[in-house]
Amino acid sequence: MYKFLGKRALQMIVTFFLFQAATYFLIDAQPGDIADLLINNPEIPPSERIRLRRDLGLDQPPMERFFTYVGNFYRGNLGVSFGQYPRPVIDIIRERLPRTVVLFLTASILSFWAGFVTGKVLAWKRGGFIEYSSTIGGVTLYTVFLPWFALMMIWLFAVQLHWLPTGKFLDPVKWLGVDFSANDIFLRLISSVFVAVVIALVGFLLSNRVDRRYRLPLRLASVVLPLLGVLQYWAASGQAVWARDIASHTVLPVLTLTLVAYGGEMLLTRTSMLETLREDYILTARAKGLPDRAIRDRHAARTALLPVWTGLVFSIGGSVSGGIITESIFSWPGLGSTLLDSAANADIPVALGCLTVVGVITLFSHLVADIGYAFIDPRIRYA
Amino acid sequence: MSATAQPELLVSGTRYIPLWRVRLSLAWKSLRANWALFTENPVGLVGLGVIVFFGLLAAAHPILMATVWSKNVYDPVTGIDLEAGFHPAAPSARHLLGTDPLGRDVLSQLMYSTRFEFALGILSAVITVLIATTIGSIAAYFGGWLDAVLMRFADLVIMVPILPILIVISAIVANFGMVELAVALGILAGFGGTTIVIKSQALAVKVKPFVEAARVAGGSDRHIIMRHMVPNLMPISLLYMMFVVTNAIFIEAVLSFFGLTEIEMSWGLMINTTSVLGYLLRFDTWYLLFPASIAITMLCSAFYLVGRALDEVVNPRLRQR
Repeated sequence: MYKFLGKRALQMIVTFFLFQAATYFLIDAQPGDIADLLINNPEIPPSERIRLRRDLGLDQPPMERFFTYVGNFYRGNLGVSFGQYPRPVIDIIRERLPRTVVLFLTASILSFWAGFVTGKVLAWKRGGFIEYSSTIGGVTLYTVFLPWFALMMIWLFAVQLHWLPTGKFLDPVKWLGVDFSANDIFLRLISSVFVAVVIALVGFLLSNRVDRRYRLPLRLASVVLPLLGVLQYWAASGQAVWARDIASHTVLPVLTLTLVAYGGEMLLTRTSMLETLREDYILTARAKGLPDRAIRDRHAARTALLPVWTGLVFSIGGSVSGGIITESIFSWPGLGSTLLDSAANADIPVALGCLTVVGVITLFSHLVADIGYAFIDPRIRYA
Repeated sequence: MSATAQPELLVSGTRYIPLWRVRLSLAWKSLRANWALFTENPVGLVGLGVIVFFGLLAAAHPILMATVWSKNVYDPVTGIDLEAGFHPAAPSARHLLGTDPLGRDVLSQLMYSTRFEFALGILSAVITVLIATTIGSIAAYFGGWLDAVLMRFADLVIMVPILPILIVISAIVANFGMVELAVALGILAGFGGTTIVIKSQALAVKVKPFVEAARVAGGSDRHIIMRHMVPNLMPISLLYMMFVVTNAIFIEAVLSFFGLTEIEMSWGLMINTTSVLGYLLRFDTWYLLFPASIAITMLCSAFYLVGRALDEVVNPRLRQR
């Protein structure tokens, strides 16, 4: 396991370095630099432009500049934003990274879970109306033009039903004159929900081991109690209004991304289950007279999980791009919408910074997915 | 090589049939068998139907422009209808899908863009498959360090976040048009996941007896790869082409929607125009948003469905029987 981790980490470092080099030189190869942008400004003589180039190190050879850039990157210095001058890029990223990570993780985990559970049930019900409607629904969700789908979600939930706000991260009117930051509330909100989810999961895992009679009450308690705990915590903190504001703005982007990712997971689970159900050992299980539920959940689903997990690895890239699109449609100020805005406005330091951080997120998710594979597949023990 | 230079086959004792005709009839026979498998699944036929429908739309546009539609009013890029009072105008008999805020006919734009979507998808799919088949068969055939290097490289390319990189590239590179995008997408897909799939298939072909026989008969490496391995990799390549097309159309639409490409007219650009001119969240002018969005969704799912149906032809384990 450690050997595998080491090898994988080395591979990641090489990938990341190549990724950084490719993006840096690609942008560097474009004609023009910041001094050329000032060429029409009569107050800046050519001598000043030469001085600017020298001060910024633009007169150095590209190789040298690249290694200066990489060195600064690992020291946490990503430069200064052109658009929000003189705010450091790292500051912008630190503010927006948690939002993107929350969106990405919640949507990935929820869609994987929901897709797997419904996919295995749908594979069991072969043929007829359910098969066709689920295939068509799944394919539509999988290939739908995401910006349009997000707009339709806004139309339905915000414009027609008025359940949720149309976009943005918070409602500025509510935040006038408060002396705490939105990010602080957001992080506390996320941590409280995270703790509640962990408690609920532990409760569920424990409930599988206790006697059948106590199972249902224990499961109910493990859902209701943490939920009450979170509500109680925010009611007591006196900031519930603002937490609720952020939470209501978060629901719709997460829901949209989850639904789109769900289609792919569901289709993949269904196909994988169909292949597994043809195996001889399923026939044996049927011949033994096991109940359908046991065959489906204990015999077939465990084997069928493997290709689905592989598919998850391949879909990480899709989730990352989906996150960018979702953020930009909902004007949700995460890393993705920042990347898009800065790229469109030629704010190169911010764009490059966001791109590298998105690259790091992608690499880490690949690593996590690979390690997860070792836990699911008993044949693979990264010795 | 002309047909007469080929060795000729004696088939029925009296008549000589040239080799190319035997090959043609074999190809025809296998095509018919595969078509029968393909048509077993209605999903694939639906997809094919949608693709043909869009193909007809693309073909009809120049004909309509030459006959019924006057260039001043219906040109997808420069046309403007001065007779309609206010733009965007709602759908009417004159403009079946209404006009956009600049007074251009939406249906004409939709039909005109279709050909570019096809060109983009097919170009990037061909590039992907060329790269992936070459690398996959070479890696599988030679093995050893070459295989290791190429496959590690593919592992690296898979991890690259494609859309974020393309956003930055298209924003910074000047003149980032359709062809550049198709090439970039084709290369990224060709060196990544598709190569790995095709290589695994090539490994299965490599151990077949006819490859061994060709080697014993003195076939060179190049001959064996080109004449024996690549033709047997074509079905799975075709299958992956479908998924590449889906992806390419989607990514082009997203990039154009964000206004990052230098494309004259495309479905994504139609939505971008809607967005830039402030009609995106006004759902009363649905005809600005829906036609292009539905067209993107339909064409993407059509190629995806055909890919899935082909998967059942190529991959016998998935067949219902």
